[in-house]
Amino acid sequence: MTRFSANRLTPYLFAAPAALVMLLALFYPIGYMIWGSFRAWDPSQSITETEFVGLANYARLLADPAFHESFWVTLVFAFSVVSVEMVLGVSLALLLDRKIRGMSLLRTLFILPMMIAPVVVGLVWRYMFHQSYGTINRMLEAVGLPKVDWLGQNPLLSVIIADVWQWTPFIFILSLAALQSLPRSALEAARIDGATTMQQIWHIKLPLMAPVLIVTLLLRLIDAFKVLEVILVLTGGGPGLQTEILALRIARTAREFRELGEAAAMSNMLLMLLMVLTLGMFAFTRWQEARARRLRFTKEEEG
Amino acid sequence: MPPIRLEGLVKRYGAVEVLHGIDLDMAEHEFTVLVGPSGCGKSTTLRMIAGLEDISAGEIWMGERAVSNLDPKDRDIAMVFQDYALYPHMNVAKNMSFSLRLQKRPKAEIDRKVRDVAEMLGLSPFLDRKPGELSGGQRQRVAMGRALCRDASTFLFDEPLSNLDAKLRGQMRAELALMRQSVKKNMIYVTHDQIEAMTLADRIVVMHGGHIQQQGTPTELFRNPANKFVAGFLGAPPMNFLDAILVSQGGDLMAQGKGFALRLPPALAARATKLAYKQVTLGLRPSDLEYVPDAPEGAGLNLKVIVSEYVGAQSVLICDCGDARVTVEIKSETPIALGETLRFAVRPEGLHLFDPKTEVAI
Repeated sequence: MTRFSANRLTPYLFAAPAALVMLLALFYPIGYMIWGSFRAWDPSQSITETEFVGLANYARLLADPAFHESFWVTLVFAFSVVSVEMVLGVSLALLLDRKIRGMSLLRTLFILPMMIAPVVVGLVWRYMFHQSYGTINRMLEAVGLPKVDWLGQNPLLSVIIADVWQWTPFIFILSLAALQSLPRSALEAARIDGATTMQQIWHIKLPLMAPVLIVTLLLRLIDAFKVLEVILVLTGGGPGLQTEILALRIARTAREFRELGEAAAMSNMLLMLLMVLTLGMFAFTRWQEARARRLRFTKEEEG
Repeated sequence: MPPIRLEGLVKRYGAVEVLHGIDLDMAEHEFTVLVGPSGCGKSTTLRMIAGLEDISAGEIWMGERAVSNLDPKDRDIAMVFQDYALYPHMNVAKNMSFSLRLQKRPKAEIDRKVRDVAEMLGLSPFLDRKPGELSGGQRQRVAMGRALCRDASTFLFDEPLSNLDAKLRGQMRAELALMRQSVKKNMIYVTHDQIEAMTLADRIVVMHGGHIQQQGTPTELFRNPANKFVAGFLGAPPMNFLDAILVSQGGDLMAQGKGFALRLPPALAARATKLAYKQVTLGLRPSDLEYVPDAPEGAGLNLKVIVSEYVGAQSVLICDCGDARVTVEIKSETPIALGETLRFAVRPEGLHLFDPKTEVAI
């Protein structure tokens, strides 16, 4: 081997162990899943004993109203939590981007929910939502409002509230970081140009934060599609199928209905949906980098 | 275009006072330059006039209006920032028209205004470009254009040229000088560069340590600096300072030091004789020395040339005088050799004396 080619190989050699782990821990299960999705597969069978059924699992899913329901619930859940979290998180960041005493303590308090294990979040909220001795209903009662049957009558709303509570801080800290890195002088120029606080937010701050906000939004969306623990603990998917998001349905299909093939097909569909989102995010960052490169290039050209 | 008046302006950050009562009157349409080394409070003063910094004490008047409690937008000002502070997500036209669009002016009027200003600044081909796609000089122009579009009565400049390279800076300085002939506005300009101050200003305000050291026209300040700081700050190469003692010699007052004895001109001598002390600091500008081999006793001094810096038509000589260094500016064609001791004549009006303790001019 010449010295030249050895030098060129070095980075690949360094990456090799990680690539090997990826291959074993990621691509092998995914491949297994894809292969399994084409077979009629009961958990008692090993995969070699299963029968190849082609696209039958997928066809059955597409015709299955329960799957449709679950898919719809997932979409509603993901898009509502992310929209509410974005609005709340960004607004909080805009409000708290200032120098006041005890700000760092406040910020730490604000991001606490994010640090709690999801199962615990689920348990806490199940208690808070409880019909008769839950904190929320007791508070409603104390101010003279009627009790609400949170988990029975408004299950989707309840899980959305819990998720918003847990994940708004994520958007908040990223937005705050974005806000604090904005060029101060551009904001001062806007003040001199006569922009009110709202106009500064609308015309200067938000457009300049947009790159960070878009990546944050896509990250949260990807995450929201995979949510499981909080809902499992809070409602277990019920009542009926009202909060049965895809991740939960996949677990039930595999364990209760003993249809590993169908569960694998469902996982694949979720995976493809997430892939589209991820590719969207990559496309966005690539576009941004290309733009930054172009700008740098023009700058160098003109000195 | 109301004249601007600062009255006992004080700025404190916590317990630290950085501006100690600035009083300043600016006439209508005057180009005022605040100049001083970094940390002297000039930018803070400008930002207080703009309304970007709170005022700890004192008052700012624009005509008959006290403005210290007004928002920047209500002060009728436009500002050009050191880093241009353009809005990166808007193109040049949008940047320049931002304030007009906020005021909801008619579109035709905005378009006309932007076109006119772009024409004047040579920005017409770039109206669709984003700031990131412009060179430093072009961005600087956009920043100016944005201020011009606003039609405010007062323009504030915060070191607008310091991010440009030397050649471009000279060019933009000339353009600014040209622009101020056609734009009749109050202009307040902050810089640490004394050349910008000298070339642009109607009135220079030299600041140091949160105080105004002296204010006046460039010529006044250059000819009659009020103290050693102003004398040393304005003019390049800077003024030479030598320790000297005042001695009477045959009816004349002489400033005598190691390696020189110079006769004071009558007016200066009259002021100097009244002093209670004899120890003074003598100031000599490099341009007030001239190579005259037969300069008479008391009107010249002998200097040993140790370095010669050729800068084109002029050369700057660094010379030994006793145990001090003296710089001299001479025409490059003057025949000199390193290591030689030469005789230089001093222009009598080029002699400055300072109190060595208070540094105030005598």
